[in-house]
Amino acid sequence: MKRIISVLMENAPGALSRIVGVFSQRGYNVDSLCVAPTDDPSLSRLTITTHGDDRVIEQITKQVNKLIDVLKVVDLTEGAHIERELMLIKVATRTDDIRAEVKRNSDIFRGRILDVNGSNYTIEITGTSDKLDAFAASMAECAEIIESSRTGVCGLARGERALRP
Amino acid sequence: MKMMSGAAMVVEALKDVGVTHVFGYPGGAVLDIYDALFAQDDVKHVLVRHEQAAAHMADGYARSTGKTGTVLVTSGPGATNTITGIATAYMDSIPMVVLSGQVASSLIGEDAFQETDMVGCSRPIVKHSFLVKRAVDIPEAIAKAFYIANSGRPGPVVVDLPKDIVNVQESHPYVFPESVVMRSYNPTEKGHMKQIKKAVASIMKAERPVMYVGGGAVACEASAKVIELAEKLNTPVTCTLMGLGAFPGTHEQFVGMLGMHGTLEANKTMHNADCIIALGARFDDRVTNNVAKFCPHAEIIHVDIDPASISKTINAHIPIVGSVDKVLDQLFGQLEGQDLSGQKEKLSDWWQQITQWRKRECLKYEQGDTVIKPQKVIEALYKHTNGDAYISSDVGQHQMFAALYYPYKKPRQWINSGGLGTMGFGLPAAMGVQVAHPGATSVVVTGDGSIQMNIQELSTCLQYNLPIKIISLNNRALGMVRQWQDMIYKGRHSHSYMDSMPDFVKLAEAYGHVGIKVERLDELDAAMEKCFSYTDRLVFMDIAVDQNEHVYPMQVKFGAMDDMRLSKTERT
Repeated sequence: MKRIISVLMENAPGALSRIVGVFSQRGYNVDSLCVAPTDDPSLSRLTITTHGDDRVIEQITKQVNKLIDVLKVVDLTEGAHIERELMLIKVATRTDDIRAEVKRNSDIFRGRILDVNGSNYTIEITGTSDKLDAFAASMAECAEIIESSRTGVCGLARGERALRP
Repeated sequence: MKMMSGAAMVVEALKDVGVTHVFGYPGGAVLDIYDALFAQDDVKHVLVRHEQAAAHMADGYARSTGKTGTVLVTSGPGATNTITGIATAYMDSIPMVVLSGQVASSLIGEDAFQETDMVGCSRPIVKHSFLVKRAVDIPEAIAKAFYIANSGRPGPVVVDLPKDIVNVQESHPYVFPESVVMRSYNPTEKGHMKQIKKAVASIMKAERPVMYVGGGAVACEASAKVIELAEKLNTPVTCTLMGLGAFPGTHEQFVGMLGMHGTLEANKTMHNADCIIALGARFDDRVTNNVAKFCPHAEIIHVDIDPASISKTINAHIPIVGSVDKVLDQLFGQLEGQDLSGQKEKLSDWWQQITQWRKRECLKYEQGDTVIKPQKVIEALYKHTNGDAYISSDVGQHQMFAALYYPYKKPRQWINSGGLGTMGFGLPAAMGVQVAHPGATSVVVTGDGSIQMNIQELSTCLQYNLPIKIISLNNRALGMVRQWQDMIYKGRHSHSYMDSMPDFVKLAEAYGHVGIKVERLDELDAAMEKCFSYTDRLVFMDIAVDQNEHVYPMQVKFGAMDDMRLSKTERT
């Protein structure tokens, strides 16, 4: 089962490699990873999507929590939460028909065309990972995908719950 | 405010955290720090012959005192040579701080001479690490390193010091932090009261309880409380390899070590228990055997300071996060309201059963007339040291014999590499013990394989006059490897021979020590007596023992805990 684990940690050199290290040395999966400083620049927030049974996820949260640089760890998938991922995708638009179809599909998925030139469009799209997968599939049907880049999932709990120091 | 160089700050900070001994080896990147060491007498330095031994010495020092062991090495090979020692300490949760030199900040990343990413190399085997970037940060980094190493679940911490920040030419203000506060690190010491109450309820209804005591009880000095609890409840007690001594091996409630080479009665007691009180132990694979068959009737109370150790391999019914010491205090508080007068009677059937298991005498062995059995050597060692010596061990058959045939009376008396199983650990560890306890008897039990993995330290022993006693069980083979080859590989002894054994007596003498060779049973007692009569000399006892002896009991692979071989021909 897919899990989204959010980690609040010191924005210190090496902190990220320690977390990634826990995953590799203990054989846990990393499906995506997203990290950046928070509103408090001394802290970083890292979101990892992974999969495993309850036992594995419990070990992951405990082992990550054990790292000295880590303040808090929460499994967002345990409760109601919001998750978003961003994708930039560049597709070849060689004919008017393809251009029209790409534009139409982007509108349906609420994508934004960020860059246009003679032979391709670059589109920005935000949503859950599933939505991004679906959009990429629709692009592959109507045009040729030149390249794409995804940020990995970031998420917050719904309601009052929050990950604060 | 004191002004000083980065190098002087390193030494000053070590003094301020209370370090009296540093084990190390100089080199280019740390010459400034060595110069600062030269200028003072408070922090004593022990020069090893290989950096791995420096880490093991600091480890032996830490295990025998509870204080943090300190290592100082140079960059590159100096640092990487400590890796095995750091991993050894990490696996056994031993407090250690390794100060490693690093090339100058401006050269980091350029593949400079003797450059290694030490923080990266050591990352999976440290509790934490620091790469110090400014001289003014040195005191705080060192204060934090020592705090982290010896609080919560102890472990090794690396402090990497680039050469430019310890430059003796520059001066910086020295401010040692009055206290260390870290918002991201606050180990839980006290257990949750709700869980303690559940544990008491479980203990009170148990008819077949057992206490399973590990290294965590040693780490937090909880031995007296462990004994008090066992005596209050009248429970049998077993210790892990790391926990030996936390409960006296001579106590009538002790059923022996448990696990792969544990006693039959310890493993039977565990397997048949209805309540397991695990104190600072981690249910590792050398204890549990097949986890699917592990102790089917037991409700498990698991006390550990590391939440990640709880329910990692075996699910705990009543998890309690906290130090054994603090949790036992809380447990005593809750037990006060209970009537414990009936414990003796309630457990009498249980004890009768245990007595039956003990009658199998699983540790008995057949000593012939001439060829010495390794077990006999350990028994003789016990006799000649009155059971009071610090025993450090290497890794292999001799380690198991030393664990099983020398009943440890006190915690920190038994020093061994339990988790990592590091051959070459014993000699330097015993040296660290001797440095920490100059007047005590420090013995290393080793074998002809292990002793050669750090034998160069005989030279260090002479330099610092460390009169340790080396009891080498020489079977002219890698005994434990050979045993497995006998049992699993139909006796094909692939590369477990040592065809070119040195003359250990001459070797000891070449290093300036006393060597004694023992080949026959009738020589053993007199030789031991002679060995321990040298109070101010290192003695190397090269004792020829039976090459074909196996360590028993031994768990049968994939079986339950109590599924054991008792000898080459008997099984449970």
